[in-house]
Amino acid sequence: MSQELSAEEHTGHPTAGQYFRIAVILCVITAVEVGVFYVEFLGHWMIPILFVLSASKFTLVAMYYMHLKFDHKLFTYLFVAGFILAALIISFLLLLFGVYS
Amino acid sequence: MAQEHAAPIHGEDEGTTTGLNHRKMLMWAFLGSDCMFFGSLIATYLVYQGKSLEGPLPIDVFDIPVTSISTFVLLMSSMSMVLAYSALTKNNMKGFRIWMISTAIMGSTFIGFQVYEFSSFATHHVEIDCVNPGELTKYEQHIFDDGCSSGEAHAESHEGLKPQTNLFGTTFYTLTGFHGAHVTLGVVWLLSLLLLSFKKGVITPEKNLDVDLAALYWHFVDVVWIVIFTVVYLFGVFPGF
Amino acid sequence: MSTFPISIPRPVHPTGIWNWVTTIDHKRIGILYGVTAFLMFLSGGVEAILMRVQLAGPELDIVSAAVYNQLFTMHGTTMIFLAVMPLSAAFFNFVIPLQIGARDVAFPRLNAFSYWTFLAGALMLKLSWIGGATDAGWFGYAPLTSVAQNPGTGIDFWIISLQILGVASLAAAFNFIVTIINMRAPGMTMMRLPLFTWMSFITAILLVLAFPVITVALIELTFDRYFMFNFFNVANGGSVVLWQHLFWVFGHPEVYILILPAMGIVSEVIPVFSKKPLFGYKTVVLAGAIIAFMGWMVWSHHMFTVGLGAVANAVFTVTTMLIAVPTGIKVFNWLGTIWGGSIRFTTPMLYSLGFIAMFLIGGISGVMHAVSASDAQQQDTYFIPAHLHYVLFGGAIMAILSGIFYWFPKYSGKMFNERQGKISFWLLMIGQNVTFFPMHFVGLDGMPRRIYTYAGNMGWDFWNGVATGGVLILLIGFLLVMDNIGRHWKNGEPAPPDPWDGRTLEWSIPSPPPEYNFEEIPIVRGLDDWWATKQGDSYKEIPASGGSGENGHNIHLPQPSYWPFVSAAGLFIAAYGVVFNDLLIPWGLAAIGLTIGFVGVYAWSLEPVNDPEEDSTH
Repeated sequence: MSQELSAEEHTGHPTAGQYFRIAVILCVITAVEVGVFYVEFLGHWMIPILFVLSASKFTLVAMYYMHLKFDHKLFTYLFVAGFILAALIISFLLLLFGVYS
Repeated sequence: MAQEHAAPIHGEDEGTTTGLNHRKMLMWAFLGSDCMFFGSLIATYLVYQGKSLEGPLPIDVFDIPVTSISTFVLLMSSMSMVLAYSALTKNNMKGFRIWMISTAIMGSTFIGFQVYEFSSFATHHVEIDCVNPGELTKYEQHIFDDGCSSGEAHAESHEGLKPQTNLFGTTFYTLTGFHGAHVTLGVVWLLSLLLLSFKKGVITPEKNLDVDLAALYWHFVDVVWIVIFTVVYLFGVFPGF
Repeated sequence: MSTFPISIPRPVHPTGIWNWVTTIDHKRIGILYGVTAFLMFLSGGVEAILMRVQLAGPELDIVSAAVYNQLFTMHGTTMIFLAVMPLSAAFFNFVIPLQIGARDVAFPRLNAFSYWTFLAGALMLKLSWIGGATDAGWFGYAPLTSVAQNPGTGIDFWIISLQILGVASLAAAFNFIVTIINMRAPGMTMMRLPLFTWMSFITAILLVLAFPVITVALIELTFDRYFMFNFFNVANGGSVVLWQHLFWVFGHPEVYILILPAMGIVSEVIPVFSKKPLFGYKTVVLAGAIIAFMGWMVWSHHMFTVGLGAVANAVFTVTTMLIAVPTGIKVFNWLGTIWGGSIRFTTPMLYSLGFIAMFLIGGISGVMHAVSASDAQQQDTYFIPAHLHYVLFGGAIMAILSGIFYWFPKYSGKMFNERQGKISFWLLMIGQNVTFFPMHFVGLDGMPRRIYTYAGNMGWDFWNGVATGGVLILLIGFLLVMDNIGRHWKNGEPAPPDPWDGRTLEWSIPSPPPEYNFEEIPIVRGLDDWWATKQGDSYKEIPASGGSGENGHNIHLPQPSYWPFVSAAGLFIAAYGVVFNDLLIPWGLAAIGLTIGFVGVYAWSLEPVNDPEEDSTH
């Protein structure tokens, strides 16, 4: 495993301009989220739409601002393990409480 | 955090098995662990959603435009944080300090919004015209039923939303309160680094790890808010819930 | 050093007690962990003895019902959080850096902080006996823990000390994750790691993911108790079942946190005394990883009788039965290792074999109540304590004793008495079966757990009497173990570096190891590298770094520090301040404690690892 874990050069970090463009995208997504929220005819489609939008913001920040895209994969594993497990536990608990009531 | 290394190591990350820095690895493991922390809080919030027996509900107190602004501020602080780090690596100390201080200011602004929000929720009061009540939420209907039964002109309630009021108050204040505490700690951390940067040789383009770690923490707090904003605020006011 | 904010001189060569307070040497911290945890184990044992004496016959009145409730709660909490976990941590500390060929852990001061925080939490929990300890059971089900039901400070002490112990465990787990990934000697790939290190790595990952859940559950309980929040307040719509879910989402991975290090120890001991490499190394690693993953999908089997519904019960029955498979695989791996080996029945080997036998019995009774229909009959009867003592005493404690004897020459530099060790093994083996096996019978016969006495006509007297008799045998066994360890640690014969003809790197260095562990960082060429080296391979070890060949001179080690101790002390004071928050100034004591902790952490973060102005050589 340590062969795969060998050091990787931290190259290709985005420039300030790219960081700024990502910030613009993040703001646009947030604006869309709030906008979607006021569109009444979407009904229950609103939940998956909002979910996808917020997940894409999360991913953008994690990949670019937190440099996961450019850093060693190990960091991604350490973080994503906790994230996925938390998501699973939340889903399980919601399911169990739905069954229970 | 501690600046520690294995015994014979003098540089930041030379001599480690993977070539990766100890402290950065610890930071990522911590963030993974903190996911479980917020995950448990969010799970509690969601499990109790719609189970409150009385008192104001999200639809009564949430003000989506205001929270959208504070969300925007926190997102922008993430950008300014990453620009601070970027400036530091390019040896632009002035830029670094400007972006650091603006990050801290935006973080404090976010906290300010939260304080405003908490206090306005806690003092939330409702006044209903008994003759012409208009469209009422469940909570307002309750006040209407209680206060307009014997021919009064107005019904009102000053109870507000406190953590003790109902399950929504309990879970909402706990979840967002712990997020706020994370932001506050982040602001203190950023300001400490800013002060340290005036000391010679403590924070340099080569020794940027302290800033890198603080930035990771700061962005994490931001992504947690992205989740909270959608799951708690937007879903919370959605009529389907 | 000028960046030092507070002008207290660095403890460069401390002596006496300061030597231990400021130490950041992983071996010394390991010994501190081990000794403290063993004392805590004894205190939990005393609690157990009192319970067994009370239950020796029907309607005895040796302790009151109220004290009995405190006894079983404190016994459970002590054995899990203050005995088995820190005893495992003692081995993590002492063994892992030696097995991976490192000179210390990744964060030596954080390691010291972990120990002192553990001590703070342990003292706090045990001192709660003064004035009434917690009495709601070790899983503290709501609403037994509510202020209305339980107004005293016992629950508060329990909550806050568990939070502190959580900080200690988390700090240690982060430290070992980084240490194992990042401090391996050259050539020590992940698939060449000794099994104990592998299982510890998996345990550490489980710890960092599981502890935040209990932290949140305890925070919610704290807010309920202190500020009248509604988390578990049924009158306001709260659900007591949520506590059970959160507790067991943590609690079931916790079970594997307790047993995986034990499995790691056994996987070290059995190959050495069978003179064979571990049968199916990769399978054992994979089985450990699968156990860790599946450990998250079985938690509701603790809640079969809550009424989660047929679907939930069926799903958790299936996942629980599935998790027995990787565990079974490991047992076959150990048996396959012994098969055809040239076996030496030394004390550590006997304990490991005892582990396999006892853990198997505990595993089988575990599969019995994995079936939710069958569990409905067993829930809250003595059958459950019978099962959990077979896996935790027969399992974890036997493996830990195996480790205590196996590494004794390494940490003490002396040899124990083999004959006395074997006698103590047989006493403990007989004693535990006499104590715990009858609990199966009375349990299936309907005797509830956690009752302080029972009527004489229930037919439970005989087996309860037998179980209490078994405790006496266990007591003698443990006295022999302590005598053997204590006496020979002081006056035993000096141990050679490699008394067992070992396979892993810790046996390639002197007993006890020098402060710097490895004079030259070894280069690892395969699994069981030290064994291969001893088989007369022609290659010569090439030093990878640091080696000056002058008996460890010029090897730079991190220096001792006051700050981990100060930070932990601050946390301890703050914790008392939370429990007694109306003392003099409201929350004043908590503020003082937090301030001390904050100063400690701040000074620590500004303190350089090595002070360049001092001569840091050994």
